[in-house]
Amino acid sequence: MFQVNARLLYNKRIKKNCHEMALSAPQIAKSALPGQFINIKVTDGLEPLLRRPFSIHQIYRQDGIKILYEAIGKGSKALARRKSGESLDVIGPLGNGFKLGRGPGAGGRRHVLVAGGMGTAPLVFLAERLAEAKNQKPKTKTLVLLGARTKDDILCEKEFKELGCEVRIATDDGSRGFKGYVSELLKDELNAIRYPLSAIYACGPTPMLKEISRISQEYDIPAQISLEAHMACGIGACMGCVIKTARNALRATEYEYKRVCKEGPVFEASRVIWD
Amino acid sequence: MNPNLKVNIGKLNLKNPVLVASGTFGYAEEFKDFIDLKKLGAIVTKTITLNPRKGNPPPRTCETPAGMLNSIGLENPGIEGFLKEKLPFLKKLGVPIIVSIASEGGQEEFITLAKRLDKIKEISAIELNISCPNIKESARLISQDAKTTYKVVKAARSVTRKTLITKLSPNVTDIAEIALAAERAGSDAVSLVNTLAGMSINVKTGKPKIAAIAGGLSGPAIRPVAVRMVWEVYQKIKIPVIGMGGIIDTESALEFLIAGASAVSIGTANFINPRSTAEIISGLRDYIIQNKISDINELVGSLRV
Repeated sequence: MFQVNARLLYNKRIKKNCHEMALSAPQIAKSALPGQFINIKVTDGLEPLLRRPFSIHQIYRQDGIKILYEAIGKGSKALARRKSGESLDVIGPLGNGFKLGRGPGAGGRRHVLVAGGMGTAPLVFLAERLAEAKNQKPKTKTLVLLGARTKDDILCEKEFKELGCEVRIATDDGSRGFKGYVSELLKDELNAIRYPLSAIYACGPTPMLKEISRISQEYDIPAQISLEAHMACGIGACMGCVIKTARNALRATEYEYKRVCKEGPVFEASRVIWD
Repeated sequence: MNPNLKVNIGKLNLKNPVLVASGTFGYAEEFKDFIDLKKLGAIVTKTITLNPRKGNPPPRTCETPAGMLNSIGLENPGIEGFLKEKLPFLKKLGVPIIVSIASEGGQEEFITLAKRLDKIKEISAIELNISCPNIKESARLISQDAKTTYKVVKAARSVTRKTLITKLSPNVTDIAEIALAAERAGSDAVSLVNTLAGMSINVKTGKPKIAAIAGGLSGPAIRPVAVRMVWEVYQKIKIPVIGMGGIIDTESALEFLIAGASAVSIGTANFINPRSTAEIISGLRDYIIQNKISDINELVGSLRV
């Protein structure tokens, strides 16, 4: 973990309320793993008081970090007003990211990435690392399912395609691709697929992740899901951002709290207890 | 000039007056990447209970204007878990370790815990957390009643010779009365304030922002309340006061010292800037050098009225 004054390289609106920012933070960029996050003090003053966590979207020119965010709350709106050349107090890389090439499903030949809305952000970084690993194991393929409200809200389609991923789209209003939730699209895909699947990796709104956990159990495919929680510190000190997890995968009644910022934000779906 | 930053709290001789507030610093290991932990005046652990506690259901925190609410519910590994898993790291640091304890079962549990800790030489002091708003086993907190405070402190005092600090709640009519009770019962110091009881509502859903409905408010929002209480208590008691409540920088630490605190604890600021403690320690040194003060103790209670 590093705490650095990161120079803002650019901060631009890419569509609707969605913004993209790049920060120069060599130490963080060099050690970051897909699924990890950074915690940014978005202003110098007391409003907002707490840092804001953002998943790492991409490594930018080796020494930088890109984030993708929606300017909707007090913190993200303040962040959208920051200008290039300014410096931001950033802590990272934080948490445990996606496990690649180890753990359940590592032997399979196909990964499925499921993204809901802004949950697309960390999955681009993941797809990059999977593509790098693919160069060693040429038979591995990555399928990306992108969920968005409408066709105008679809994020990073081009990036995934450039990485050699197969991309399918689901929109809530059916303005493009599959009409309905991306979790429903996942079920359709799983019904159609005839080759061994290694794992599902997902990030998005909580109801979507809950549904994906259910699907992963129904189809007996391991899923890694990246969760969100309100955080005070982001470094494991305050115990604020906990979720309920099963102590033992077989006996879901015995629970323990795990910190989203420290043991997470990526969890094995089978361990998460949904209330 | 080499100014003196050393302060005494009971039997403790601290190299500087900057501590961390219980519950905001984990068990210190979480901060080792950010600061040189050896520079701290003392480390106060997250509160320990006899048995492990899972804590309250989430959401446990929310942000408020210049502050935050929490209702963690004293999640901790229990005394034996603490001694086995957390103490080995802490004792290597060579910094005084103050263990915060709370009871789920009246004064008996305080006695059991204090006895257990008394035997461990690497532990420098015990802080009695009788003011956590998030584990209300009865309608009242111990620190909301002078008689109960006296009884609990007396009981703990009878089983340990280590420095005993009593942590007080601001959710009272007269905090000086409670501080006096702690002093009479043999407490070596009092620390104040714990969080203020508070509540915040999401108006879109009509639901409370934290699952426990109410929680404890901390951060700069409570600072003026805390400074006033330190001043109030300082005038009434002879034992040292450890002041806290929304300290985020050198200036806010100085306010507490001038109001009468012999030492200060940094709390919520650790969440925002994990280097806060180190920055405040060097800020205090710079301040006393610039103002030609040879000993930081001269500042304590130096309020000009």
